[in-house]
Amino acid sequence: MLVFIIGRIANAIMVMLAVAMLAFLIFRLAGDPVELMVTEQTTQADRDALRERLGLNESVATQFVRFVGNAAQGDFGISYRNGQDVLTLIGERFPATLELVLVATLISLVVGLPLGVLTAIKRGRWYTESLQFLSIIGVSLPSFVVGILLILVFSVILGWSPSFGRGEVVQLGWWSTGLLTPSGRAALILPAIALSLYQITLIMRLVRAEMLEVLRSDYIKFARARGIPRWRVYFRHALRNCLMPVVTMTAMNIGSLIAFALITETVFQWPGMGMLFIQAVTFLDIPVMAAYLCIISFIFVALNTLVDITYAVIDPRLRGSH
Amino acid sequence: MTTDATKPGAAARPTLLQRIRNSDVWWSFTHSKSAMIAAAILALLVLAAVFAPLIAPQNPYDAAQLDMWKAELPPLWEQGGEWPYLLGTDTQGRDMLSAILYGTRISIFIGLGSVALSLLIGMTAGLCAGFFGGFADNLLMRFGDITLSIPTILIAILVSTVARQLLPDNLREIGAAAVLVLAISLSAWVQYARTVRAQTIVERNKEYVQAARLLKVPPRRILAYHILPNTLTPVLVAATLNFGMAILTEATLSFLGIGMPPDQPSLGTLIRIGNQFLFSGSWWIVLFPVIQLCLLVVVVNILGDWLRDVLNPKLR
Repeated sequence: MLVFIIGRIANAIMVMLAVAMLAFLIFRLAGDPVELMVTEQTTQADRDALRERLGLNESVATQFVRFVGNAAQGDFGISYRNGQDVLTLIGERFPATLELVLVATLISLVVGLPLGVLTAIKRGRWYTESLQFLSIIGVSLPSFVVGILLILVFSVILGWSPSFGRGEVVQLGWWSTGLLTPSGRAALILPAIALSLYQITLIMRLVRAEMLEVLRSDYIKFARARGIPRWRVYFRHALRNCLMPVVTMTAMNIGSLIAFALITETVFQWPGMGMLFIQAVTFLDIPVMAAYLCIISFIFVALNTLVDITYAVIDPRLRGSH
Repeated sequence: MTTDATKPGAAARPTLLQRIRNSDVWWSFTHSKSAMIAAAILALLVLAAVFAPLIAPQNPYDAAQLDMWKAELPPLWEQGGEWPYLLGTDTQGRDMLSAILYGTRISIFIGLGSVALSLLIGMTAGLCAGFFGGFADNLLMRFGDITLSIPTILIAILVSTVARQLLPDNLREIGAAAVLVLAISLSAWVQYARTVRAQTIVERNKEYVQAARLLKVPPRRILAYHILPNTLTPVLVAATLNFGMAILTEATLSFLGIGMPPDQPSLGTLIRIGNQFLFSGSWWIVLFPVIQLCLLVVVVNILGDWLRDVLNPKLR
C-alpha cells in the first residue's frame, strides 16, 4: 500500500516537473524578458545589470532549477504589467473562482442526479427522450454561448439579475466571499448556472448509464420481489451503487471546471483568476501565465492522485494494476 | 488486403456505391430519422458555407461594399428592416447573413484542419507506441499523460499565444488560422493516440500480422496497410465528435480574443464583436452567429452519437 502511494505521488511530481518545464519554455519562447521590462532610455550598463540580477547569464539548466525551486515555494516572480507579486495577485482572485466553481458543482449534482435517475427509470417516454436530446444540445453549447444567452434573457430582457461583477463581498481574513451579501449571491447565480450546464449533462448521462446497468442486477430484482416500494428501490438501493463513479468524476472535474471558468469569467466579467489569466494573455504577462498554468495543473494533478489513492484504499484490487 | 483490388477477381466485386448501399451503416442511417435530419442540415450548412461567395448578398470583407448609412439595421421582419439585409447589419453596415456564411466557412475550415492534423499526430504516435512498444511507447504515452493533465482549453490558449508570438509580424494575419489549427490539434491528439495504441496492441499479435512479419514486410508497410485499417472504426467515431469539439474550441478562442482577427472573422469572432452590442438592443448582431454555431455543432454531435451507437452496439 505504501509503495503504491509513493509511486502515485512520484508520478504526480514527474508530471508537475514536466508542466514546470512547459511553463519555463513559455518564458524562453516569449522573448527576452529584459526587453519587455526596460524602456528606450535604459542604458546598456543598466540592461546588463538587470540581466545579471535576473540571473539570465547563467546556464539554462541552472535557470530551470531555480525556477522550479522558486515555484515550489510559491514565488512566481513579479507581474510584467504592474510589478506586483504574482502569487498575491492570483491569491486575491482565487476565492472568487473557487466559490463560482463550488456552487456550479453543487448545482450540477442537485440537478444532474435526479435527471439521470429519471431518464434511466422512465426510459422511452417522450419527456426522457427529449431530455436525452436536450443533453446533446447541452454538450454542444459552448459555455460562452450559454453565458451570453443567459445574460440576454435574464439581464437584458427580464432585468432580473446583474450581468457582470461579483456584487458586494465580505472579507473573512484573506478570503473574500460574495455568499454573505444579497448582491453577491444575486451576481453568482447566472455565472454558476452557465458553468454548471455542461457538468449537468455529463452527470445526467453518467448516472443514466450506471443506473441502467445496476437495474439489471439480481439484488434489484430481489428487492422488487420483496415488495419494497419502487421509489425506495431506485433511490436507496440502485442509486447508492451508482454514486461512486459520479463522485469520482465530480471531484476530478473540479480541476477542469476551474480552468473552464476562465470563459465564464470573461463573459460575466467575474473577477476571478481566469479573467486575470486572459488579461495576462492579452498583455503577454508571462509570469502570471506561467503561474496560472502551474497552479491549475497542480490542482488537477493533486485531485487525480487523491482520487487514485482513495480508490486504492477502498478497493484493494486496484493496487496491483500500476 | 488492399492489393485485392488489382487482381482479376476484383471486377466481380460490387462497386463502391453498391457496397455503401448494402452496408449496415447505410441501413441504420436510412432508419434513423434524427441522423438523416442532422445530415441534411449539415449538408445544407456546409454547402452554403462553401458557396458563400456565390450566394451571399455581399462580400463582407470588401470595404467598398459596406454602407455606413445601413449600419445597425434590424432583421427584415422587424420594424426598420431593409431588403436585402435579411438578418440585419452590424455597426459597420455589414450584412449579417453574409458575415455568418463567410464565418461558417472559416470555422468549418479550421475544424477540418485541426481534426486532420490531430489525427495525423495521434495515429502516428499511437501506431508507433503500440507496435514498437518499449521506450517509444513509454515516451509517447508519458507525453500523452502530461498533455491530459493540463486542461485542453489551457493548452490551446498557451500554444496559440506562444505560436503567434513566434510568427514574424508580416505573417501574423495570414498565420492566424494555421496557429489555431496547431493549437487545437496539440490539445486533442492524445485521445486518438490512446485509441489507436490499444487497438494496435490487440492487432499486433494476430496471425495475419505475424505472417506479414515472417514474409519480411517492412514495419512501415505492416503499420500502414495491415494494422491501420483495423484501427479506423473507433477513430472515425472520435474524429466526428472531435470535429464538433474543434469548432467549439476555435469559437471559444476567437471569442476570448486570441483566435481569428476581426478582419477575417470566424463565428467565434462574430460573437465576440456582437457581444459588445448586447446591451444596446442590437440583439441580432450576436444572436444569429450564436444560433449558426450551435446548429452546426449540434448536428455534428448528433451524427457522431449516432455513428458511435451504430459502430459499437456494446456501448448502449
